[in-house]
Amino acid sequence: MTNPVNGKFETHEHDVLITGAGGAGLRAAIEALSHGANVGIVCKSLLGKAHTVMAEGGIAAAMANVDAADDWRTHFGDTMRGGKFLNNWRMAQLHAQEAPDRVRELEQWGALFDRTDDGRILQRAFGGHSFKRLCHVGDRTGLEMIRTLQDRGVQMGIDVYMECTVTRLLTDNGRVSGAFGYWRENGRFVVFKAKSIVLATGGIGKAWPITSNSWEYTGDGMALAYEAGAELMDMEFVQFHPTGMVWPPGVQGLLVTEAVRGEGGILRNKNGERFMEKYDPKRMELSTRDVVARAIYTEVKEGRGTEHGGAYLDISQKPAEYVKRKLPSMYHQFLELADVDITKGPMEVGPTCHYMMGGVRVEAETAATTVPGLFAAGEVAAGLHGANRLGGNSLSDLLVFGRRAGLAAAEQAKKQDARAIDPDQINAAEREALAPFERKTSENPYMLHEDLQQIMQNLVGIFRTEEDLHSALGTIAQLNERAQGLSITGSRMFNPGWHLCADLKSMLTVSEAVTRSALARKESRGAHSRIDFPNYDPAWGKQNNIISRRGNEMVLQQRPTAQPPEELQKLIEAEKGAKA
Amino acid sequence: MPNVVLRIFRGDRDSGKTADYEIPLTPGMVVLDALHYVQKHQAPDLAVRWNCKAGKCGSCSAEVNGRPRLTCKTRMDSLPHDKPITILPMKSFPVIKDLVTDVSWNYKVNRKIPAFKPRPGTDWRIMQEDVDRVQEFRKCIECFLCQNVCHVLREHDKHDQFGGPRFFVRVAGLEMHPLDGLSRVGLLKSELGLGLCNITKCCTEVCPEEIHITDNAIIPLKERVVDEYYDPVLRLVRKITGTQTKS
Repeated sequence: MTNPVNGKFETHEHDVLITGAGGAGLRAAIEALSHGANVGIVCKSLLGKAHTVMAEGGIAAAMANVDAADDWRTHFGDTMRGGKFLNNWRMAQLHAQEAPDRVRELEQWGALFDRTDDGRILQRAFGGHSFKRLCHVGDRTGLEMIRTLQDRGVQMGIDVYMECTVTRLLTDNGRVSGAFGYWRENGRFVVFKAKSIVLATGGIGKAWPITSNSWEYTGDGMALAYEAGAELMDMEFVQFHPTGMVWPPGVQGLLVTEAVRGEGGILRNKNGERFMEKYDPKRMELSTRDVVARAIYTEVKEGRGTEHGGAYLDISQKPAEYVKRKLPSMYHQFLELADVDITKGPMEVGPTCHYMMGGVRVEAETAATTVPGLFAAGEVAAGLHGANRLGGNSLSDLLVFGRRAGLAAAEQAKKQDARAIDPDQINAAEREALAPFERKTSENPYMLHEDLQQIMQNLVGIFRTEEDLHSALGTIAQLNERAQGLSITGSRMFNPGWHLCADLKSMLTVSEAVTRSALARKESRGAHSRIDFPNYDPAWGKQNNIISRRGNEMVLQQRPTAQPPEELQKLIEAEKGAKA
Repeated sequence: MPNVVLRIFRGDRDSGKTADYEIPLTPGMVVLDALHYVQKHQAPDLAVRWNCKAGKCGSCSAEVNGRPRLTCKTRMDSLPHDKPITILPMKSFPVIKDLVTDVSWNYKVNRKIPAFKPRPGTDWRIMQEDVDRVQEFRKCIECFLCQNVCHVLREHDKHDQFGGPRFFVRVAGLEMHPLDGLSRVGLLKSELGLGLCNITKCCTEVCPEEIHITDNAIIPLKERVVDEYYDPVLRLVRKITGTQTKS
């Protein structure tokens, strides 16, 4: 189909367009389809390869199958406490209340979780969760989830645009009207007209060199939303997962699931000391991720690290067969990539950039952003996790808010006539995309990416200072200048260097937003640790950092967090007293 | 550490040839790391499909020194360094560019398979021993290496009559799901062409997830087809009672 606007581009029209086909995008698609919407889903990779496939440990849901005392109130309290009370309380409440139904639904669509002795869904312990709460399939829970959703979506007749990247949202008088993108395979451009759009594009880990994230995680959704006029929130809160692989170099950052600790894994430094006793004697290895990541970082920094600059994580005290059954992919990963048999000896692990708590600001009930017609769910959205996410709360987030976003987007589309597509916006998007082929400069996208990653690692990492963050902002400005000179050789046919040019634009935008927010927050809270402001500041505990675009300028402001109603406040207070 | 030479296919659907790239080895390097080195330093437009780099997504399949492998799990130190390491795209699928192939056929086959449908009135209690076997099938990461080596597809090109090992594994996972209420035996016999498989086990050998594709999925499915279509006693029973059997 050609574009009625100017006949130039392939054009597709949908009620609801979803960008991203991980857990949130697929769940949104299923919900929108089941409410009668015509749905298209665009993804950068092949269907079924999105980041959800890598999730290992489980889905947090207070099913109370193993610990009968668990209920949504406890899950809510754990999530708020883990997020250091910066969470959107209503999102935390909805998430805790709805997660069990979302898990049961997966089972009814064919997912097969590990079982309890009486045939129910088995749940395991995880950091920051008061009870055994994570529904899982060994250490490949994400694969089970994405396959189940994918099969369901395909059966319902979802239109999938695979290996297609959206580079710009199109707007009509401030409301979304569609999206512009390119096919990776042949480099041709494509226009999508849509009444509503759901962003489900995931996180931003590729802005750091040591990361558990794949090439796709370049912050596209946040940058697209920002460009379209939406607000970003809590961008300073980037989760460094405590346990990534540290050796050999090629696998540095690769995730070692928290389930290793959930199943009884013990952390030690090079002197054999179980160092978590110093940092969180009560919860030890199952403390929250921010605490464990800082602990390992500190041990290494103070000279008690392992040969390759990490900590030892040991599960070999458990029977070998048990380890292979509960952690099969970890067993193979270490054996094949690091020559380590984890049933016989310890792994070497260290922090790795893993997850973005911040993102596009949304309404709790509908996942609506501040731009009419634009919704966001999953990692790209902010609010649920506050200053630090608990393990297992991401997969449940995808299901709960993916569903809500799909529902709201479908409802919105029913009320809405198709909007006009502005040819000027399309032409500008085309010019921007093609510029790297036309420039006579020699700025290599791979080198620019490496330079960005180095400053984010060195200056905007686990521990931050005002001086480092100022310096990072200056360097990001220089990198933005250099990005104007990016050039690429070869054709438009599946050209990863060219694709990286577009991804870099997103990464530079989110990196600047992270750095500006980190600089403003003069306290330490959750995943944001300031050496120059090492303590909580109660005033900052009631403020969210909000980023928005004014012309070409990125502006930052603070907005007070919403306070929960009294009965929930009591719940948090009680939990605080009991378990903080 | 020494340098090694990668001999990589460069080209598209219509034409192409291999090109040599010399790269420095680093400890623990895998083939995908080496390809990324080439992209970064020598050929920014080298097309490689990959995602997780951890053996979980099944995107980076290629033929390394003639063996179908996940490049993210193939260690460079497991390969001889005294001659070039050859890296070619999967042979059973059309090349898009360089190492990236058009695997869309697989997604079309997948659409033919009816999804899980629970039996009415189930109470969702399932014992672990009843799901162990199905969980093996559900480990599949869709790398399509089994499809790539299957001679029915690779040599005989019967893509229009045959589903391939990946989809026999998927159907096995559904047929053996303890609560599933559909039968896909007819589909196996007709559209998916299960009879064309002559159990040479090539698929099982290359599976990075070590799924026993032939023994645990294909052979039991073949038995179900035989029971359904060729067992005279069962056919008689069905004829008399007028019932369908769920295998």
